[in-house]
Amino acid sequence: MKTMSRLYTTLIFVFLYAPIGILVLFSFNVSNSTGVFMGFSLDWYKELFRDSATLAALKNTLILAVTSSVIATVIGTAAAVGIDRMKNQYVKGALISATNIPMMNPDIVTGISMMLLFVFVGGLLKLDNNLSFATLLIAHITFNLPYVILSVLPKIRQLDSQLPEAAMDLGCTPMKAFFKVELPAIMPGVLSGLIMAFTLSLDDFVISYFTIGSGFETLPIRIYSMTKKRVTPDMYALSTLIFIAVLLLLILSNVISAKAEKKPKKK
Amino acid sequence: MKKIFLILFACLLTFMPLLSFTSCGNEENENEDDTAKYKGTINVYNWGEYISDGSEDSLDVNAEFTAKTGIKVNYTTYASNEDMYAKLKSGATGYDVIIPSDYMIKRLLDEDMLEKLNYDNIPNFEYIAEDFLNPYYDPSNEYTVPYTYGMVGIIYNSSRVSEEDVGSWDLMWNDKYKGDILQYNNSRDAFGTAMYRLGIDVNTTDESKWREALGELAKQKSLVQSYVMDEIFNKMESGEAAIASYYAGDYLTMSENNEDLAFYYPSEGTNIFVDAMCIPKGSKNKALAEEYINFMLSEEIAIANAEYICYASPNTLVTDSEEYIEYMGEDWIEILYPEGFDLKADYDKYCYKNLPPETLSLVNELWEELKIDSSLGAWVYVGCILIISALVIWGVSAFVVKKKRSKYY
Repeated sequence: MKTMSRLYTTLIFVFLYAPIGILVLFSFNVSNSTGVFMGFSLDWYKELFRDSATLAALKNTLILAVTSSVIATVIGTAAAVGIDRMKNQYVKGALISATNIPMMNPDIVTGISMMLLFVFVGGLLKLDNNLSFATLLIAHITFNLPYVILSVLPKIRQLDSQLPEAAMDLGCTPMKAFFKVELPAIMPGVLSGLIMAFTLSLDDFVISYFTIGSGFETLPIRIYSMTKKRVTPDMYALSTLIFIAVLLLLILSNVISAKAEKKPKKK
Repeated sequence: MKKIFLILFACLLTFMPLLSFTSCGNEENENEDDTAKYKGTINVYNWGEYISDGSEDSLDVNAEFTAKTGIKVNYTTYASNEDMYAKLKSGATGYDVIIPSDYMIKRLLDEDMLEKLNYDNIPNFEYIAEDFLNPYYDPSNEYTVPYTYGMVGIIYNSSRVSEEDVGSWDLMWNDKYKGDILQYNNSRDAFGTAMYRLGIDVNTTDESKWREALGELAKQKSLVQSYVMDEIFNKMESGEAAIASYYAGDYLTMSENNEDLAFYYPSEGTNIFVDAMCIPKGSKNKALAEEYINFMLSEEIAIANAEYICYASPNTLVTDSEEYIEYMGEDWIEILYPEGFDLKADYDKYCYKNLPPETLSLVNELWEELKIDSSLGAWVYVGCILIISALVIWGVSAFVVKKKRSKYY
């Protein structure tokens, strides 16, 4: 039984990480072939930092992911707090499911409907450019919102509702009570919402594809457009770097939280 | 709180080097603005990997353009003519230069989506070879400037395909190579292979002719390993497949990674395409866009692009350049610019033209017929319905059992 369970675990990890392993391997390939490994080199990493168009796309993607996730987190947290304080249980339940629907909605439906909306509104306002960075940003904020709300709401529910009341009793204004007492308490939820929104926005292709305007290109769209000829290995190098960055980030955050948990015990 | 700051700090650290690299590039451009002739930004929309972009020690054409003229280039890319068309149609105006293929240019022109060019701003147009003047899609040369052209041929693995089978489209229907053949996963090109083989006009609107081609593709289906687009590079280089038809220029890049690969143009005739630069309606920087088009035709830039893309160039500055011929090598030049073809006549005969909507939808319908195994198609729906009804029955019965039990206890 033990060997079986070990085998099972190994298999799962192989399925999960074999593609990434292959990607890392081919990012060190000498030739530009993605089928034949011809020897080890760092050429594609050098190539990557010389490829101005790809770096511009990366910069665009990061700008978009950071702005959209931060804005979505602010709006989403406010929305979650508002939903939690609702008195009417039916309205509250309806609102929660209404915010969840966009999450279940296929990306393609969200993307096309967003595009139609932007083109329609652009036509009404007689704009000469219906799609732009602004429309892309709006679309990303929209699909990020439910995820932020979803990760913040449970944290608010866990929060003792008497805490902010106590704070106000001790002289805080409601505003101050929220920022000094409530917000720090729900911070883990806000933060995980932020990170989730950031990663979702970072790798979104379908919705961006429909709502992006001229003169702006995100990384997933750039990679897709290479498929007529071939995806160049400097993309593998870039993906490897992103993978390592995410891995380090995860390890770091785990180490930090592990340390934070240990500290009180020592006292 | 401390923890949060540490995490954010870590985020910053990991992305810092990437950001600083990108910002370096921008600063350079900004400095060069001082000596610039013009100010402004143009939006260029081109195929992916279709310009010399500074990788692999090539010339970074867009950076060079900014350095020379001070005009910034906002460069974005697409994967197919249809993608580009959809984008233009969706209301994403603001593109200043686009580089579609011939049949798509015709469609854009028919729908009045292109701007007339002022050829006084494009003096380098005189270097375009005569064969490419006044093409069918732009008969009086008012809207377009050719960028590249190319021909489709058959790539085969010489270690697995015997030379006697080579020479015509028949190789792709040869049952000796069952399971080693790749076919396009794109209706127009796939039908094209069958139609050239049968000697049918690829732009016919006659339904029976298209059905005839479908029959040919259906016969081929059991021999085909898979229907692919860019996966062809991998499959041919690694030897997973042995026969495929694709563009000559792409064969050259494949042959760099697998010396066994060989290439020929089928004797029955084959597709020729031209990709040309145009300015879409709604461009706000027409003069700057013309400056860009002219720049793309200048000697150094056109050669850099031709060497990078590996497609044939309609620019005589390129084809007459000794540096270019030396760089490509005689074998490659022979493949890209084969002798014994009357380009102008062959182009008119074999190029893809814009099909009327009825024919286009017919082609798509026939293509679906070929790709989807009809006997399987019905079973998929039946299977889905069975699974869903099983789930519903299970759910209802569980509910009923629960209700009954709650009565007893």
